[in-house]
Amino acid sequence: MAPSLSLERLSLTDFRNYAHVVIETGPGPIVLFGLNGSGKTNILEAISLLAPGQGLRRAPYPDLLRAGANGGWAVAARVNSRSGRAEIGTGFSPSAAAGQRAGTGRVVRIDGEPAGGSGALADFVEIVWLTPAMDGLFTGPASERRRFLDRLVLCFDPGFRSLAGRFERATQSRNRLLADGVRDNARLEGVEIIMAEAGTAIAAARISTVRRLCDVIAARRLRDPDSPFPWSGIELEGSLESALASAPAVDVEDSYARRLASMRERDRAAGRTLEGPHRSDLIVSHGPKNMPARLSSTGEQKALLIGLVMAEAELIAMRHSGSAPLLLLDEITAHLDDRRRDGLFSEILRLGAQAWMTGTDLSAFSALSGQATMLRVADAGLHSVHA
Amino acid sequence: MSKAIAGPEIERMIQLLSRLPGLGPRSARKAALSLLKRREDLLMPLADALSAAVDRITHCSECGNVDTVSPCSLCRDGRRDRSVVVVVEEVGDLWALERAAAINGVYHVLGGHLSPLDGVGPDNLNIPRLLERASSGEVKEVILALNATVEGQSTMHYIKERLAPTNVAVSEIQKGVPIGGELDYLDDGTLAAAIKSRRRI
Repeated sequence: MAPSLSLERLSLTDFRNYAHVVIETGPGPIVLFGLNGSGKTNILEAISLLAPGQGLRRAPYPDLLRAGANGGWAVAARVNSRSGRAEIGTGFSPSAAAGQRAGTGRVVRIDGEPAGGSGALADFVEIVWLTPAMDGLFTGPASERRRFLDRLVLCFDPGFRSLAGRFERATQSRNRLLADGVRDNARLEGVEIIMAEAGTAIAAARISTVRRLCDVIAARRLRDPDSPFPWSGIELEGSLESALASAPAVDVEDSYARRLASMRERDRAAGRTLEGPHRSDLIVSHGPKNMPARLSSTGEQKALLIGLVMAEAELIAMRHSGSAPLLLLDEITAHLDDRRRDGLFSEILRLGAQAWMTGTDLSAFSALSGQATMLRVADAGLHSVHA
Repeated sequence: MSKAIAGPEIERMIQLLSRLPGLGPRSARKAALSLLKRREDLLMPLADALSAAVDRITHCSECGNVDTVSPCSLCRDGRRDRSVVVVVEEVGDLWALERAAAINGVYHVLGGHLSPLDGVGPDNLNIPRLLERASSGEVKEVILALNATVEGQSTMHYIKERLAPTNVAVSEIQKGVPIGGELDYLDDGTLAAAIKSRRRI
C-alpha cells in the first residue's frame, strides 16, 4: 500500500488570527482542540488552500489576511505526496493584486517554482473535508450537493474544471443573447452547440464518478454490515444524466441542442436557462431505512454524511493504490455518540489517513491517545500536549 | 504611479508605454530610460517610425489586414491563390499563419469574435464584407481558422450558417494533438476532439 498523503510541516503567515505559526507533524491523525474562536478551523482552512479551489470556507482571498497585517498572507507546507516530497506554498497579497488586472487569483509555488494556478496543486494534494456548514447538505439547495459531487469528479477528471467553465460561459452568452432580444438562429445555435457538447460531457463525468462511489459504498456494506455509519443510496437527478442511461452521448448531445433551441422563448421569459447540468441534483437516501436522507433525523443525517465522506476518501485512496487523501474534519465529534465516535476513529486509522480534527474538548479524542498528535490551540498559537 | 520622478514629458512617455501589453509601470520606466539613453539610434528612429505609421497605416478594404496600402500587399500579391480565403479573428493570427507559410491563399480579418458578454455582435465585426467576397464568384473555399474558445467556436458556427447560401466550400481547421506533443500530457477535451476529428489513413 502506498503511504498516505501527509503534511510534515505546515506554516501560516499573517493568515486569519495567526501572525506566524509552524506545525511539525508525523503521518498520523492530528487533533486541534481549544476554546470557541481560538482559530482551530482557520488551520483547516489554511490546509484546504493547499489543494485547487477556493478553500473550505470559499472566503475571498483578501478576507484571509490577518487584521493589522500589511503585506499578504501565506500558507506553506512540506508534503509527502504520491509524487514524492514537495515544498508547496500559496499566498495572496492585496497590494500586489491591485497592480495587476482585476480578478487575479492566489500565487502558487511548487518547490520554489511559480505554478500557473492552483490547478497545479492537484498533482500533490487531495483533500476531503467535512465541516458543520455541510450539516444541511441533504436539506439545503441542490447547488451545494452539486458542488460536493463536482469536487469529487475533479479528483478523477482534471479536465472537468475547464469543461464546467466552457459550459458556464456558453450558457451566460446564451442568456445574454436572449435578454438582448436577439432572435438570430445562427447566433443562438452557435452557443447552444457548445452548451450541448460541454453539458453532456459534464453529465457523463458525473455519472462515472457516482458509479465509482456506489461501488465503494457497496464494498463497505459487505465489509462492515454493522457500521455505525449507515450506507447511502445515491443517484443523479437531471435530464441529461437520465438520458445518458439509455442513449449514446452523441444522441443526447443532439437532442439537448434541439431542446435548447425549442426552449428559447421560455428561457427568455425566465431570464435563465431552465434545463441543463447546472440544474442537476445528487439524491441521497438512507440505505437501511430506504428513505430520503433529508427526512432523517439530524443525528442520522450526520452519520450518513460521515459515511459518505469516508467512502469518498476511500475511493480516492483506492485510485492511488491505497494512498489516502488528507481529511479535514471540523467539529467532528459534536452530535456523535460514543459508538459512532470510536467507529470514526477506527475508520480513520484503518484508512491510514492524516486526519486533521478539531474539537473543544480533548477528552472526546481519548480513544486516539498515543496514536494522534494532540495540539492545544490558544492565543493564536499551538501548544503540544503529551497525553 | 504615486509620485512624479521626472518632467511631464518623460512621465507622459512612461504612462503611455505602460499601456502596452506585457509592460507594467516598472518595465515601462526601464523602456523609457533605455530610449532616452539611446536618443540617436533608438528614440529618434522609433519616433519617426511611429509618426510614419500614424500617417500611412490603414486597414485593407478587402480583408481588414493592416498595411501602408489598401488593398494590402497580401491582397495585391498576384502569386497568391485568390480562390481560398482564410478567416481569422485578429491580425496577429494572420501574422502567425504567414510566419508558418501555412497556406498560399488570401485572408479575411474579422477584428475579433462574437461575444454577447462583451456586447460584440455581427455588426461590430468585418462579417458583411466577408459575405460580399464569398459571393463574388472568385472565392471557391473559405477556411475558418478561429480560436477553439467558446467565442471563437460560436463565431465559427455563425459564419458557417451565413455562408451556407453562397456556393463556396467552408472548412474549419482541425483541433487535436500538437506536433511534437505527447498524448499523456494533453487535456481530456483536446484528446476527445482529436479522436472525434480522426481521419482514415
